[in-house]
Amino acid sequence: MRAAARRWDGLLFVAPFLLLYCTILIYPLLKGIWLSLHRVDLFGQGTLVGFDNYARLIGDPTFGQSLINTFLVTLMVVPVLTVLALALALALNRATRDAAIFRGIFFSSSVLSVTIVTLIFRFILAPDAGLLGEIWQGLGWEPLPFLSHPDLTLPALAITTIWWSLGLPMMLFLAGLQQIPEDMYEAAALDNAGKWTTFWRVTLPSIRRTLILVVMLQTAAQLQMFGQAQLLTAGGPSGASRTTVLFLFEVAFGRWELGYASAAAEILFLIILGVTLTQYWLTGRDRESGR
Amino acid sequence: MAGLELHGVRKAFKGVQVLDGVDLTVAPREFIAFLGPSGSGKSTLLRIIAGLETADDGEVILEGRRIDTLPPGDRGVAMVFQHYALYPHMSVRENMAFGLKNARVPKPEIDGLIEDAARVLEINELLDRKPGQLSGGQRQRVAIGRAIVKKPKLFLLDEPLSNLDAALRLRTRVELAQLRQRVDAGVIMVTHDQAEAMTLADRIVVFNDRRIQQVAPPMEIYSRPANTFVARFVGSPAMTIIPGKLQNGSGHAAVRLGDGALIETAISRDGLPPGERIEIGLRPESVRVTRDGDVATTTAKVVLVERLGERSLVYAQLKDGTEITAEDSGLSTARSGDEIGLKIDGAAAHLFGADGTGYHRQDA
Repeated sequence: MRAAARRWDGLLFVAPFLLLYCTILIYPLLKGIWLSLHRVDLFGQGTLVGFDNYARLIGDPTFGQSLINTFLVTLMVVPVLTVLALALALALNRATRDAAIFRGIFFSSSVLSVTIVTLIFRFILAPDAGLLGEIWQGLGWEPLPFLSHPDLTLPALAITTIWWSLGLPMMLFLAGLQQIPEDMYEAAALDNAGKWTTFWRVTLPSIRRTLILVVMLQTAAQLQMFGQAQLLTAGGPSGASRTTVLFLFEVAFGRWELGYASAAAEILFLIILGVTLTQYWLTGRDRESGR
Repeated sequence: MAGLELHGVRKAFKGVQVLDGVDLTVAPREFIAFLGPSGSGKSTLLRIIAGLETADDGEVILEGRRIDTLPPGDRGVAMVFQHYALYPHMSVRENMAFGLKNARVPKPEIDGLIEDAARVLEINELLDRKPGQLSGGQRQRVAIGRAIVKKPKLFLLDEPLSNLDAALRLRTRVELAQLRQRVDAGVIMVTHDQAEAMTLADRIVVFNDRRIQQVAPPMEIYSRPANTFVARFVGSPAMTIIPGKLQNGSGHAAVRLGDGALIETAISRDGLPPGERIEIGLRPESVRVTRDGDVATTTAKVVLVERLGERSLVYAQLKDGTEITAEDSGLSTARSGDEIGLKIDGAAAHLFGADGTGYHRQDA
């Protein structure tokens, strides 16, 4: 009797969190699954169609193309972003005023909204009168049609995204680097370790967890790329830069096929879950022996 | 040939002088302790020898070779850090092998060196563990092992025992002393613990205020302190130093204290600075509380009694208010507020001139 009463007391403490968690996470998740099993628009009740939506998606070349685009752009962004952010963090990991100023500058792009970022990159990437075009012409080359050539739109999205997203991973790396005690580097110096040896054998293993975190966060984020694709290229030309989230946005709010869009969202959700869990598993296997 | 020579080493951090013209010569295979309070520059000097700091001026010479221009790894020194600084992601074996691999020592030779060191330090069982799985004392051994395998000309130990608990510290101290017999290299140990310095070192270098105050074997530091700083810093509880008046006469110096007591020292009157102002230094063991029948040199009022078991320390005030520390038996009946008699052994007294320089009896 008393034990039961105590349990309810405890529940009261977590109730605010649970309520919020259920309302904004659990309910939409279940609702999404429910929607994906129905043919439904914004008005009125839907009709249950079972796994019809999923079957249609598998045969839908537009969806397939959007998945390929999403993977490609993620593959372009994540490695470059990780390496760049780490290089910047290494360069700015010192207690000087200049370093503090540059940390601020490099982080500042992260606080801009995607609208501003794409606007800026329109000015940079537009072949006529764009910054990059001017430079190209100044060097006597033909400007590259970044925003209209099917082979160049995904790189354009990747460049924009890297510039926009650099701040957070850089800060995470800086935080990781500052955890490394100074005497570790001193021990390495006395152990005859050169710059590269110190980096590979001391610095990198020490920030391994941060590295895993950055790669996982960025992978999950880039697999959900939407704003840049919609605003910079509108998914074009002819779907060459349509990402999966842009696809489901068009299906849901252009064609009003909420059930179909939800099914696409569920598939993307499973893919992201699968990819991040695989990364976690691959990098976490030897954690038992590590510290 | 000398082991290590320091010539005119100077160092300032942001305009604040930390070391001001340090000269020191260390014999090969000598165990030297750098002793001094925090901020006295002893750690900075160790780091300058290791190459982790650069001196503003001066030379560091190890076995005839100038090393202060070389990177740390090329100097032939190995260091044991205060917090061990083991690489957490490497096994004990990898930690010990890292420096040797970087120096391109062949693999079989590395294995042999590690096996030898592991046997000496009794860490064979731990070679495949990570530092995170070791206790503080085990990490300490690994850190020492990492230094030994490099076969350095000079070991640098930065407060090596300060992170261990009291019992382990005593044991490790004994082990360090034994280890020292086995390695063919000099050792410099930084410490602020005088017991460590006294028990381990061949010679102690006492630091204070940017300079070396005295370089001497432990017992000489204790019995013939060069100045008032060394006299107060070494010995626990600290030596009592009281101003007094030097009496006229020849032969041994006699000093009259502020309360009128006269102390006959065994220090020759010749060689003392001119003038009658002088300070007299008395270790607690040369100031005894009198029993019935003893002749007291002077009397004092007890302020505090510390009972240490085998003996008691009596903190007291002379009639003129001067504080003095005396020793009594473990069964001392003195209580704070009591009037006691003190018997001062003048033959064990030290004298200090106005500039702080110490004067001692010839044979001490």
